[in-house]
Amino acid sequence: MQLNRDDLKEAYRRMCLIREFEDKVHDEFAAGNIPGFVHLYAGEEASAVGVCMHLEDRDAIASTHRGHGHCIAKGCDAEGMMSEIYGKKDGLCGGKGGSMHIADLSKGMLGANGIVGGGSPLICGAALTAKTLKTGGVAIAFLGDGASNQGTTLESYNLAKVWNLPAIFVVEDNGYAESTASAWSVAGTQTKRAEGFGMPGAEVDGHDFFAVWEVAREAIERARNGEGPSLIHVKLNRYYGHFEGDAITYKGEGEIDKIKATKDCLNLFKQRVIETSLLESDDLSEIETSVKSYIDQCAATATNGSTPTEADLMTDVYLKY
Amino acid sequence: MSVKSYRQAFNEAIRQEMERDERVIVMGEDISGGMGAPGEDDAWGGVLGVTKGLMPQFGRERVLDTPISESAFIGCAAGAAATGLRPVAELMFVDFMGVCFDQIFNQAAKFRYMFGGKAVTPLVIRTMYGAGFRAASQHSQCLYPLFTHIPGLKVALPSNAYEAKGLMTQAIRDDDPVVIFEHKAMYDEEMEVPDEAYGIPFGEANVTREGDDVTLVAFGRMVNLANEAADSLSASGITCTVVDPRTTSPLDTETILETVSETGRLVVIDEAHPRCNMATDISALVSQEIFSDLKAPVKMVTSPHCPVPFSPALEDLYIPSTAKIEAAVREVLGKGH
Repeated sequence: MQLNRDDLKEAYRRMCLIREFEDKVHDEFAAGNIPGFVHLYAGEEASAVGVCMHLEDRDAIASTHRGHGHCIAKGCDAEGMMSEIYGKKDGLCGGKGGSMHIADLSKGMLGANGIVGGGSPLICGAALTAKTLKTGGVAIAFLGDGASNQGTTLESYNLAKVWNLPAIFVVEDNGYAESTASAWSVAGTQTKRAEGFGMPGAEVDGHDFFAVWEVAREAIERARNGEGPSLIHVKLNRYYGHFEGDAITYKGEGEIDKIKATKDCLNLFKQRVIETSLLESDDLSEIETSVKSYIDQCAATATNGSTPTEADLMTDVYLKY
Repeated sequence: MSVKSYRQAFNEAIRQEMERDERVIVMGEDISGGMGAPGEDDAWGGVLGVTKGLMPQFGRERVLDTPISESAFIGCAAGAAATGLRPVAELMFVDFMGVCFDQIFNQAAKFRYMFGGKAVTPLVIRTMYGAGFRAASQHSQCLYPLFTHIPGLKVALPSNAYEAKGLMTQAIRDDDPVVIFEHKAMYDEEMEVPDEAYGIPFGEANVTREGDDVTLVAFGRMVNLANEAADSLSASGITCTVVDPRTTSPLDTETILETVSETGRLVVIDEAHPRCNMATDISALVSQEIFSDLKAPVKMVTSPHCPVPFSPALEDLYIPSTAKIEAAVREVLGKGH
């Protein structure tokens, strides 16, 4: 399986969409236009898109508190997402979920998650559904280096292997669980942990879309063929703080600037496709322009959207009560 | 109709629903038993035998033994429910909720609300509760008030075999997450139960005795003790109405308020610890809504505020008894009783 021109344009479009979305949320949050907490995914785009380019609606993903990128990569409507983050009635979840709970089950997106380590057991469930109903689908848990130390995660590795589920665990290691370095908090290595549970584990440079795409392809193929779960350890960096408002005093001086200058996933993608003549520079700038104006439109829609009312407070607690 | 035990009633409800709908699966620790072991298949059918026979009939694809990993498999059941299956997961003893509560109250219970009404989570969690088994502090608690507290969950407490079959069937057919509490000391209690499948609607209380003097509201196994107390008191000319709410969430407040208004006196019997339990909840409801109808202060009969003790001598003191219920009834009736 190879990426054709349309695939590459789509991958670049999704990565740009995530970057623009997050930059916009960053600005709007700083301006006081967004309530609550937001955790931004900028810098990590190649991971979500490299994995989700292989997926269809029948495949499920579970995400994290840093979930906007996974949502966009899996096909959630960015306008609905932006309205949700603003707490508006037209938001993807009617304004009841917010940034940490964006979901669209019709797209196989089982939700961002406010609980670190909350997603992996749910993904075992989605994988069990796929296996039991023979849909051919796979289920993927995105989790962070922090979640990799939760019991739910390690229990899920075991359950997925014991039941031979079409599940994949993508550990996005941005080096920091909140402010705590993963170099300090993670005993052993992620891939050795996979080996300990008897499943294939691969480490990949998360700044390189093509590397992520290839490793994900192999893991997803194994899962679809009934060969059970895999783990992918994606090493990457986040550009913003743990949450917006985080002064990031725990990172080394110039750490983020250096990554931006040398390993930015959008720049690396661009260089690669132009150098190898897979796409033209014009193709890329056309995508950048259209994404930028679309995100401006998303923010305008969200700003002007109506807020939920008291009539919405008690709906959707139950189907029937 | 035929005589069935409380255990058989649950088993039959699950079996009939599995026959009716192939999306219904069951999972849990030793739910079939002996998985991967050299001896007999279906060795246990659950630790107290409730699911015995399901695996031979439906196979391992629909009757899934799990590792001892409550967080993983309860969360897995929630994820499976949100994606198209109708899992019945057994959390062996409710005391074990401590290791998997996040998956129940932060995940399954909140999907529908957090996701703006787009999620449907037809999850059933079966769990054993209650004292009287000499099983000590970590295998004997009630804890249903904790689940009742959580919006998004429904909570059912069948008080006999008829209720067990009907409420279990209803739970499996319900599209919201339901936690169904099975009292471990009742599994061998038998009665006539219909052979065909039937559901009992949630939020509709059952009035098991009608009387004029005092209303007894009781939950789960305590319904039987309340019935016994009422029968015994009737010999001394005291008649009681006994209400079994069947579900604590939703709660049939209407029947409770109506019957208490009629008698003007209320005794609530709850095996759970005395603080923030169903007894305090019902007392608050009655005092807020119909205070002026009360002829006497409300009386609560509960277990004490201590862990469940092991020694039979202590455990027997711990559990509410018919004698305690009768004394409470006489107390609310005042002097001369």
